[in-house]
Amino acid sequence: MSSIKPKHQRLVLIVFALVALVGAGLLAAYALKNQAAYFYAPSELAAKPPETGRAIRLGGMVERGSIKTMPDGVTINFLVSDGKAKVPVRFTGITPELFVEGSGVVAEGRMAGTTFVADNLLAKHDEKYVPREMKNMTTAEAKAVIAETK
Amino acid sequence: MHGLANPARFLRMARWLMPLMLVPGFILAFGAVAWGLFMVPPDRLMGDTVRILFIHVPSAWLGMAGWSTIAIASLVELVWRHPLAGIAARAAAVPGAAFTAICLATGSIWARPTWGTWWVWDGRLTSFLILLFLYFGYIALAGAAQRDAAAGEGASRITAIFGLVGAVNIPIINRSVVWWNSLHQPPSITAGKSSIDGTFLWPLLIAAVGFTLIFGGVVIARMRMLLADIQTEARLRRKAMA
Repeated sequence: MSSIKPKHQRLVLIVFALVALVGAGLLAAYALKNQAAYFYAPSELAAKPPETGRAIRLGGMVERGSIKTMPDGVTINFLVSDGKAKVPVRFTGITPELFVEGSGVVAEGRMAGTTFVADNLLAKHDEKYVPREMKNMTTAEAKAVIAETK
Repeated sequence: MHGLANPARFLRMARWLMPLMLVPGFILAFGAVAWGLFMVPPDRLMGDTVRILFIHVPSAWLGMAGWSTIAIASLVELVWRHPLAGIAARAAAVPGAAFTAICLATGSIWARPTWGTWWVWDGRLTSFLILLFLYFGYIALAGAAQRDAAAGEGASRITAIFGLVGAVNIPIINRSVVWWNSLHQPPSITAGKSSIDGTFLWPLLIAAVGFTLIFGGVVIARMRMLLADIQTEARLRRKAMA
């Protein structure tokens, strides 16, 4: 054993220590999987409904064609979907600029019966960066382009 | 590699290597940022706010590359006792922390108009803030180890071990948007694929090369400074003895 060079001994020791450390880190991250999630998806809410009144966040896609403005002009109703389940959401206030149908949203609030009442909306955009091709496109045309890039 | 172990030889090389990295680095970085600010079209959803991408993303990469440099240099210091490795690790800490802070600041400014908030405690943002705190801890520890020269190599070794342990956070930052639901979007650029259109991707890549060269130049400048500090201290100590 004495023939092993000290630097090789150090290398082996450090590699072992690093493997153990990264393993511990990964285990901790795995254990945190649920606690570290920033929001619940609609299907997670359906599977494990939280107590009514507890503050939670709900995240998913704003269902196309689901945004309905109420007569008071500032309250909106829409559906948040993750492809497996849908949750109706009610929100009163000013929405972020990127809050559009077919795009991501994270709503902060609580369940009231079957409806999620949001105090705050955050827009979650996707990882795509695409230039606006033509400046003088109509809203409908722009929406079509956006739909294409999904 | 061991040819560079001689600090005198390294210093001779650093003298021309430093401007060789800094000059093209500043030209590329300024050019790419100007391209991104004034010449690319607005994004389909975000409009003009997308232009902050060209500073935010290279800063994020370099914040993480900075700690990777610290970790690799620390490993070389611990295993091969390379005399310059510890100095390289310490030299990477301040520029790494600076890019991490720039990434957090620009990200926050970008989040307000796009997401509708300055800050959220999601996996990506939190793990990146932890990276900044790790840098602060590392800089404080390295400074203490240098001041307490009586502690000798032991103190320097503790700094290196901290550099290695802190590297655990790097894969966590990278995977945070994949493992956990987060407000931050998943990665745009993954092995060989990009969901960033070419009009944005080219200035981004050039900015990344430019900022990386600036980072490298600053690391070499700080290595020269740290070596000069060590020399001065040794000279003062010899004088005090005499």
